[in-house]
Amino acid sequence: MSETRVVEAWTQKPLEDFVTETGARLTLIMTPAGQVLAQYGFTRAVDVMAAAALGAAIFSSTMEIARLLREREFEALSHQGARHGVFLGSFETRRGRLLALVVYGSDATLGLVQLFFEELVAGLAAASPEHVERRPVLAADFERELNQSLSSLFGR
Amino acid sequence: MSERFRGVLERMTRIGGVRGALVVTADDGLVVADALMEGIRGNAVAALAANLMKRFNRVSNAATVGGLRFLHLQADGGTLIIVPAPTGVLVVTIGGPEMNVGLARLEMLRAIEVVE
Repeated sequence: MSETRVVEAWTQKPLEDFVTETGARLTLIMTPAGQVLAQYGFTRAVDVMAAAALGAAIFSSTMEIARLLREREFEALSHQGARHGVFLGSFETRRGRLLALVVYGSDATLGLVQLFFEELVAGLAAASPEHVERRPVLAADFERELNQSLSSLFGR
Repeated sequence: MSERFRGVLERMTRIGGVRGALVVTADDGLVVADALMEGIRGNAVAALAANLMKRFNRVSNAATVGGLRFLHLQADGGTLIIVPAPTGVLVVTIGGPEMNVGLARLEMLRAIEVVE
């Protein structure tokens, strides 16, 4: 079984519980900018980087559609394939707004992922640290932070 | 909720001891229609019932007895019955210990003819 790897320790328990309950194949917890806080199931750093970038881009696109429709935002979206489903949900924590990108197989269902996503959100909201310094994402810091995150996620 | 599902659920919930009934998508585990007593989490029942059906289908296929046609769970505080319809939905009934299980089963078999 793949390990849960985290950059921020408070994400570990809720993520492990979520993966256990849903049987998700892959899960990423990240910021809307694509900064990864925790992952489950990925074995290559390049896959995490690609999934985080694509997840963040999808979220930005749906936010724009929401804006056009005068919706505040879309909280979740899902894509269903023949063998896999993808679920992307956003939620608020004291750490700021976060995204969860979940890939599940035919042994799980969208309903099951949605159900335990609610518990993941509650778990992360409760576990998130009280005081977090919110900084803008600067290009100068981006590569260094990305490398630090990947080192934490893959132990390199 | 469509009239077709409303009728099905009304007939189910008229049976003595029934606490709720749902029509659920079998592939996704999402609620199509429900009539539930307060306190029953429809989305949770739908998601877990669909997941149960997938797992028990694997068991029945592994045992070479074919696809599942009826799932009846007896718990300390009541009963859960799930019947798959060929159209890809599940009819789920939740009842207390006093539920008339035989009548519920008959009504559920009628229900899947309606939702087909």
